[in-house]
Amino acid sequence: MKRFLSRRAFSALALSAVCALGMGTAQATDEAADAFIKRVSSDILDAIKADKSIRNGDVNKIVVLVDQRVMPNVNFLRMTASAVGPGWRQATPEQQKRLQEEFKVLLVRTYSGALGQVGDQNIVVKPLRAAADDKEVLVRTEVRGKGDPIQLDYRVEKAADGSWKVYNMNVMGIWLVENYKTQFAQEINAKGVDGLIASLAERNKSNARASK
Amino acid sequence: MMQMVCKRWGAYVALLVFVALGTGCATGPNANPKDPLEPMNRSISTFNDTLDDNVLKPVATGYRDYTPQFLQTGVSNFFRNLSDVLSTVNNGLQLKGHDTAESFMRVTVNTVFGIYGIFDVATPIGLERHPEDFGQTLGYWGVPDGPYLVLPLFGPSTVRDSSVLPLEFALDPVSNHDVTAERNVAVATRIVDKRSSLLKTTNLLSGAAIDKYSFTRDGYLQFRRNQVFDGNPPDDEQLEDPSAVTDAPSAK
Repeated sequence: MKRFLSRRAFSALALSAVCALGMGTAQATDEAADAFIKRVSSDILDAIKADKSIRNGDVNKIVVLVDQRVMPNVNFLRMTASAVGPGWRQATPEQQKRLQEEFKVLLVRTYSGALGQVGDQNIVVKPLRAAADDKEVLVRTEVRGKGDPIQLDYRVEKAADGSWKVYNMNVMGIWLVENYKTQFAQEINAKGVDGLIASLAERNKSNARASK
Repeated sequence: MMQMVCKRWGAYVALLVFVALGTGCATGPNANPKDPLEPMNRSISTFNDTLDDNVLKPVATGYRDYTPQFLQTGVSNFFRNLSDVLSTVNNGLQLKGHDTAESFMRVTVNTVFGIYGIFDVATPIGLERHPEDFGQTLGYWGVPDGPYLVLPLFGPSTVRDSSVLPLEFALDPVSNHDVTAERNVAVATRIVDKRSSLLKTTNLLSGAAIDKYSFTRDGYLQFRRNQVFDGNPPDDEQLEDPSAVTDAPSAK
């Protein structure tokens, strides 16, 4: 009986995996931008709700969550490059890689502290104002729960393979990339690309110390 | 009382302008067009941060951790109800009929059934908040926000938002309350309530920024612009994507 159950459970799992794969490709080709945001953000929200250690700020688990569920839906190259600005083109490929790594750690560390507040919120996607063939779309959402609703908007682009990727987001009107742009330019002007990488790395180190 | 407040504020604003003119010349060629007073703003920020680290933040943290939750909620609701009065006026001044009516209903319902606003009964029955202040009203009618300004004690602001402070103080029921002892308690409580509600945000901010000053400034300016346009600001020109250029040859 036990074996039967586990076998059935296994086949169900396999079946759902196949379905998910199939759906994944189907969604990638003709999913609308707002449906994409709704799917991904609900998926992430559910994962956070289901795992108490994530809400308590377990950085290792959060990194796994980010790598598995967030990063595949983000064009992080574009995000980092546009935050760095014109200095990006002076950077060597190695420097560009380091910038992306350090920027990612900074964002993960920063926002992991906010995950403790995730509770019974749900996400309302507002009506989309875009033509069907738009390659870059603004998707506006609202996080509703206790207290005032929180505005959360995304800029998404259609990638070459037809899937949507987030390349900027805003919380209560504050665009993430724009908000880093001045600081990054400041660092590059004063100390060059390596100076910016060093500042980011140092910030990450002191954040890691503070969270211990 | 009101006259005294106005006088005090008049002197204060005059002083500020004077200081601003004095340090304004110190801006170099790298000055941010939104922030010509950066040197002065930076030193006021440092002053504010020191004060905050040593006094306000510890007090607010203690308040958050050791006061019963129902009391904190009651206090917070009470002051939010007072600010909804201001929102009603400003929604009216922006000729937003629906939002004016809804804000007015909120104040009425919460003051009467929520016992002077201690309980927020309006939100559960579907009356939403539409926070508006005089700075937003000016912005709505096209007044530009002007240079960024960091005020001592009050923190981030702009010239436009600071210009309405005397008016906001003159109309503020808390700072115009007649009984001195009660007024002082109310003013202090309101500051602590406000600061404790911002604890999570400020903790996040200090870890997120490389340069906390410019991060706060850029965030504040974007946030206010978004508020003026009720969460729907007209699209700016999009940031360019430098990675697209370097990518192009390898993609082909």
